[in-house]
Amino acid sequence: MQPILTVDRVHAVYRLPNGAEVHAVDGVSLSIAEGEILGIVGESGCGKSTLASVISLTARPPLYVSEGRLIFNGHSVPLTALDRVPNDWRGRVIALLPQGAMNSLNPTLRVRDFVVDVLRAHDHSIDRRIAIERARERLEQLSLPPRVLDSYPHQLSGGMKQRVVAVLSTILNPRVLIADEPTSALDVSSQRALVNLLLELLERQIIGSIMFISHDLPLLSNVADRIAVMYAGELVELGTTPQIVRAPQHPYTRALLQATLVPERTIRGRRIEGIPGQPPDLRQPPPGCRFHPRCPYALEQCRRERPPLETIEGRQVACWWVARQHRTVPSMEGLAP
Amino acid sequence: MTETLLEVEGLTRRFGSGRNVVTAVKDVSFTLARGEILAVVGESGSGKSTLARLILRLLPPTAGSIRFAGLGDITRLQGHKLRPFWQHVQAIFQDPFATFNQFFTVRRFLERSLGILDNPPEGREREEAISAALRAVGLEPSDVLMKWPHQLSGGQRQRLMIARALLLRPKLVIADEPTSMLDASLRVTVLNLLADLRREHEVSILFITHDLGQAFYLADRLLVMYRGEVVEHGPIEAVLSAPQHPYTQRLLADVPRLGSGRPKMTSPDRWAPRRVPAGE
Repeated sequence: MQPILTVDRVHAVYRLPNGAEVHAVDGVSLSIAEGEILGIVGESGCGKSTLASVISLTARPPLYVSEGRLIFNGHSVPLTALDRVPNDWRGRVIALLPQGAMNSLNPTLRVRDFVVDVLRAHDHSIDRRIAIERARERLEQLSLPPRVLDSYPHQLSGGMKQRVVAVLSTILNPRVLIADEPTSALDVSSQRALVNLLLELLERQIIGSIMFISHDLPLLSNVADRIAVMYAGELVELGTTPQIVRAPQHPYTRALLQATLVPERTIRGRRIEGIPGQPPDLRQPPPGCRFHPRCPYALEQCRRERPPLETIEGRQVACWWVARQHRTVPSMEGLAP
Repeated sequence: MTETLLEVEGLTRRFGSGRNVVTAVKDVSFTLARGEILAVVGESGSGKSTLARLILRLLPPTAGSIRFAGLGDITRLQGHKLRPFWQHVQAIFQDPFATFNQFFTVRRFLERSLGILDNPPEGREREEAISAALRAVGLEPSDVLMKWPHQLSGGQRQRLMIARALLLRPKLVIADEPTSMLDASLRVTVLNLLADLRREHEVSILFITHDLGQAFYLADRLLVMYRGEVVEHGPIEAVLSAPQHPYTQRLLADVPRLGSGRPKMTSPDRWAPRRVPAGE
């Protein structure tokens, strides 16, 4: 499928006051197709939220993008110079549904004033009545009563605020919505409601595609078409959801799946082991593969050389051990005809 | 069944007054046997944490009683009379970042915790007890003893709380969402430590969670709360294989299992809004 948005070799660092640099995202490339939901999964500190800020063009100091490009519809812009990003990309091409969306409304503004603010920021000449009318339609589509427009955030329930924020971040019909842990503060029932809402927006083509960032693999596996697995700032595996969930290749993906507890008989009375050790300090990431200190299959090569992303078993995976397992079957890829 | 450790009878707690009264916990009764793990599940605002605080005696109940083996009725005990109870109960809270005194090192925190005992170990004996407890939860004493709380990760902090539980050898551990701020890989490690605590020391655990997967992994019995009331209660396998109450059924249906991607386009009524009960 033709990608609608491509993120090319992004490096992003946090510059600390003492001069140290945290390499939060290190050489990540991704693309997303029209109508697709791409899941990004990883544990705290793996760089997934940093990637969300970079792609949604909301990176602020001390976060700096040191390398990387964003390509939309064949138009490529450097992420290192945000002033060269066309203004209408913000909100119209790419929009962010932030983490903790319930707390991102301005408590002193009624929802309708907030809506007008957002729309005016993109179209100075828009009539106030038209702006409010547009919001009213959208709220109705999401089964919110019109009174919401006249309410202050504290007059709304948590679930309603969540939907209002979803309306606000999609009111310009963005082509790509970056949803950064949109459900992590919710209980399972509200989680499901929000996911259904996003799916509805996508199926009505109000939004073009979704990059869904989460630490919750079971949740993602029911939402995403493809899943990218991140570890310590790097992409370690990227494949279709069935590939990642049913036949993971990277040892980290395998460990992550093994540590998943779902309420099914299979986990009862069996001891499941977590992943030993901790993720590395990204001020001084380990040489070679960043997962090698915690990896049960680590080879000598893993301690020295960084594994490249290779296409193995139909998905991309960065692991020397997996590559060695498949070496006996030489890949025809990349060979000239 | 073995000896009963904890007996909760008709426990009720109301907040507010007049028209604004909220009954956070309503007529909750259950027993917990020695060495048993009881999971309390429910969504946010269902009264799980209030229940934990009531049993810990951090909050006085409006009505009902709490009985503890060997101590009798502890519902109304005050001040120093609570000391014997607190010697036998330990809490592990949800937010490992809010639990510690920021001005105490790990060593001082553990040494002070021992002060609740009548005859705390001293000198070498104390040193060894602390080291053994830390090692049991996978922390290296020489690494962590001199550290301040802000130098520890969330997982290390939760393990430190379990180390304290090991050190003080309580009969009851009340774990209120102990893993909800931890990553999946660490979550299992912490649950395994709780399972070990029960197996090796016959500790009873009241495990409060919103995650049925974790409850199913760890607990023997399940208590489902909805809006302050117990709606279902029984052996965990029975409840999960044949949930009786509609709320339990919905809760179970909403838990995401490992799937194979996005559902195909379905009929519009799938989007009918589901009623999500209001929070607290």
